[in-house]
Amino acid sequence: MLKKLRTSLAIIFLLLITLMFLDISGNLVWKLGWLAKIQFLPAVFALNVGVIIALILLTVICGRIYCSVICPMGVFQDVVSWIHSKFSKNRFSYKPAATKTRLIVMVLFIACAIIGVNAVVGLLAPYSAYGRMVTSIIQPVWIWGNNLLAGWSESQGNYIFSEHDLWLKSLPVTIVAVATFIVITITAWRSGRGYCNTICPVGTVLGYLSKYALLRPVIDTTKCNSCGLCARNCKSHCINPKTHSVDMTRCVVCFDCLNKCRQGAISYAPKWKKKTTTIGKEGEKTSERRSFLTITGLLATAATVNAVEKKVDGGLAIIEDKVLPQRATRIVPAGALSIKNLATRCTGCQLCISKCPNSVLRPSTGLNDFMQPTMEFDRGYCRPECTICSGVCPTGAITAITRQEKTSIQIGYAVWIEKNCIVATDSVECGNCARHCPSGAIMMVESEKYDGRKIPVINTDKCIGCGACEYLCPARPIGAIYVEGREVHTKR
Amino acid sequence: MKHNKPNKTDKNISRRNFLKIIGATAGATALAGCGVKSSESDNSAADEIATTSANVPKSGMTMRVNPTTGDEVSLLGYGCMRLPTIEGVSARENDSEIDQQQVNRLVDYAIEHGVNLFDTSPAYCKGMSEKAMGIALSRHPRDKYFLSTKLSNFAPQTWSYQESVKMYRNSMKELKTDYLDYYLLHAIGGKGDEGRKAIHQRYLDNGMLDFLIKERSAGRIRNLGFSFHGEPDIFDWLLSMHKDVHWDFVLIQMNYLDWKNSGAEYLYRRLEELSIPALVMEPLLGGRLVKLPDAVVAKLKQREPNRSVASWAFRFAGTPKGILSVLSGMTYMEHLQDNLRTYMPLKPISDDEHQFLMETAEMIVKYPTIPCNDCKYCMPCPYGIDIPSILLHYNKCVNEGNVTASSNDPRYAEARRAFLVGYNRAVEKLRQADHCVGCGKCMTHCPQQIDIPAELLRIDNYIEKLKQRTNF
Repeated sequence: MLKKLRTSLAIIFLLLITLMFLDISGNLVWKLGWLAKIQFLPAVFALNVGVIIALILLTVICGRIYCSVICPMGVFQDVVSWIHSKFSKNRFSYKPAATKTRLIVMVLFIACAIIGVNAVVGLLAPYSAYGRMVTSIIQPVWIWGNNLLAGWSESQGNYIFSEHDLWLKSLPVTIVAVATFIVITITAWRSGRGYCNTICPVGTVLGYLSKYALLRPVIDTTKCNSCGLCARNCKSHCINPKTHSVDMTRCVVCFDCLNKCRQGAISYAPKWKKKTTTIGKEGEKTSERRSFLTITGLLATAATVNAVEKKVDGGLAIIEDKVLPQRATRIVPAGALSIKNLATRCTGCQLCISKCPNSVLRPSTGLNDFMQPTMEFDRGYCRPECTICSGVCPTGAITAITRQEKTSIQIGYAVWIEKNCIVATDSVECGNCARHCPSGAIMMVESEKYDGRKIPVINTDKCIGCGACEYLCPARPIGAIYVEGREVHTKR
Repeated sequence: MKHNKPNKTDKNISRRNFLKIIGATAGATALAGCGVKSSESDNSAADEIATTSANVPKSGMTMRVNPTTGDEVSLLGYGCMRLPTIEGVSARENDSEIDQQQVNRLVDYAIEHGVNLFDTSPAYCKGMSEKAMGIALSRHPRDKYFLSTKLSNFAPQTWSYQESVKMYRNSMKELKTDYLDYYLLHAIGGKGDEGRKAIHQRYLDNGMLDFLIKERSAGRIRNLGFSFHGEPDIFDWLLSMHKDVHWDFVLIQMNYLDWKNSGAEYLYRRLEELSIPALVMEPLLGGRLVKLPDAVVAKLKQREPNRSVASWAFRFAGTPKGILSVLSGMTYMEHLQDNLRTYMPLKPISDDEHQFLMETAEMIVKYPTIPCNDCKYCMPCPYGIDIPSILLHYNKCVNEGNVTASSNDPRYAEARRAFLVGYNRAVEKLRQADHCVGCGKCMTHCPQQIDIPAELLRIDNYIEKLKQRTNF
């Protein structure tokens, strides 16, 4: 009964979180966004005290329910492990806890979080790693399917489905996501919750809290015949049948053992009911660790590759792809407050990127801000009506803003590159930047140098850095106007 | 060159052939009362013919007589600017090869049904039209059809005497003939001094017009004329040359929408005064008079439920007696068959119907559609904008009621989605209206004199309202 309830809830959470990442309609995320906000690490980064206290209480009372129900990465591993158990039964056995490894990784993690090596933090954070897997691997398939439906929809002359841009946002991040997927799948296939109980920093924190859990699986020694079936079905390797004890630092309260015990000797009950011992010494170097190093290796060598795709038809002039400008400061979305705030809080879950309807956000490939969102305006610009990224961010890296607030938040400022402007190169009047500037920061003034043709001048004080001018500038491949980021977002 | 006027004794033969066609083409089953009447006025039987299948009479094409040469010309002329390609769409929409087999089939079918005027140009179908027509037509005796083509010396490098003559001779070569029945100075007009200047450069200063007049005397050009796109002052100026040049005919844009609104009536009346026969182009305004708002379609269909929407436009264009032939650029067999049904024979527009069409025109004009007929003369835009696709998408949305006057309209949400989703389908993102720089290079090319940059800006502003969900 307990197991059924746990499994059903876990599957519902997993599906909804996956859907939250996949959704491209932009509507679902408003209903599902809370699923991201109740994740442990994002709540810590967001300093969301309510959620943190609730999760701690949940763990102290019920054990690591978080790990077996709420965490998508944990449930994903259960699914993999469950598939394996269809082929090979009773494949687990008790193993001592890898305490040393756990502590080392934990210390490393905390150190990285403090000194701001967010790539490592993002790699280890379970929810973010899951988000990357969904966004980089499944979402493209989802969009492709959507586009097939859009094709059908078009052939039927209705507007039910609309086509979405399908493009490779970042090769390195995709490689990381694929590597994560492979490593996690292999470890889950081979050793169940091995990742959660060795590497995962959330697992370690909650594990030590869970030591004091009020409710836990307890073994009634009067009923137990020491058959060891429970231990052979424990994906956390945490039941020691010899001592009749459960290592609560590793138990994720999945309730598998309750159902397996033929004697009915295991129950989920207050800890004082029957004696259980928490133990765990000796660590061992696991394959996970090695795989982790592999990922980091891949990271360092991965090159930046931009997506290329363009078709051109007959009676139309060829449109060259734009070359992305070299910005001194990268641009981050309104609500991020500053580059620093985003950099220290973002765990690279890709939720904002997966939701950006204007193809502006993409993962950064820089070393310091790897996997974090950054803005480019080659496929669209940050439209005035959209505040999706600020609404979905669970870590407080992008704080919630309203549409009205957005009009006054300066995330960057436009810079005119005279020599590229078609007023100079093509000897024509243009003014497309000024026409589309949502804050009226660009004015066209007559220039003697160009025979009285008008040139754009930028009132930097009014510019909010939305990128409309950069996106709509006709000069190609290098635009004549681009946005330079602001380290700290200002209000005008 | 004989084109017998059909008479009632043809009836049995035509019926038999008619059945043959039905069998051969559509395999249609409905064969209710479909006798063929030949006179222009008696049309009761034709009225009963449903437009749903290929019920095309075998004979009975309305013919008009060219007063200069005595040619009996079919009222339906075959325009060759939209020949089909192997991709299925017309060569205007697409870069792929012309479907020669299909062209042959269309030409055979047209000739079989009495069409005898074929109008092409070295510029049509990316330069492939003349060749394709040469292949298709040379399979028929030369005295069974009239050939019309043009001196399409648009590009400045073809303005010289040598280049223009070369273009003229090449047309004969491509069309596999040693004489042309109708030859036109292609697309002249414009307005004011600029228009006059262009005509001077292309035809007068280089001696081309004199050359063509000599060719006419030599019999290699049987009729010399011009196709006109422009303002009345240039038209009058060209007609003032009539006493020296003797224009054998003029090709004008005429349809029930342009009759009052764009002064087509004036052009026609002027030609009538001078007894110059007129050829008609754009009877459907590039298809615009078929893609009409639902309410207008309902109005036309209510009056003639069994006739196509296009038939109104063709009947209108064919009714004035001074019209020699109405050119229609037909891509598909269905277009050809529909037009044949309309002109075999023509049922002229009555005064009452004329009034009705004028009211319809007023109704159409009230819709905020843009008079673009997708001629693509504005293309390519140097900045990559897909101008006609944007304008046509907008018109489509207007016609389908997807451009609402207010955001409080009960259909607003649905219309908004249709507009925006359809927009991305119709036009690539980087070729949409927001990328227009407003350089205005397109404007000088637009035969409809649309202020394209202004229209694109207007459409873009509307799209911004939709995207930002601004209340309006």
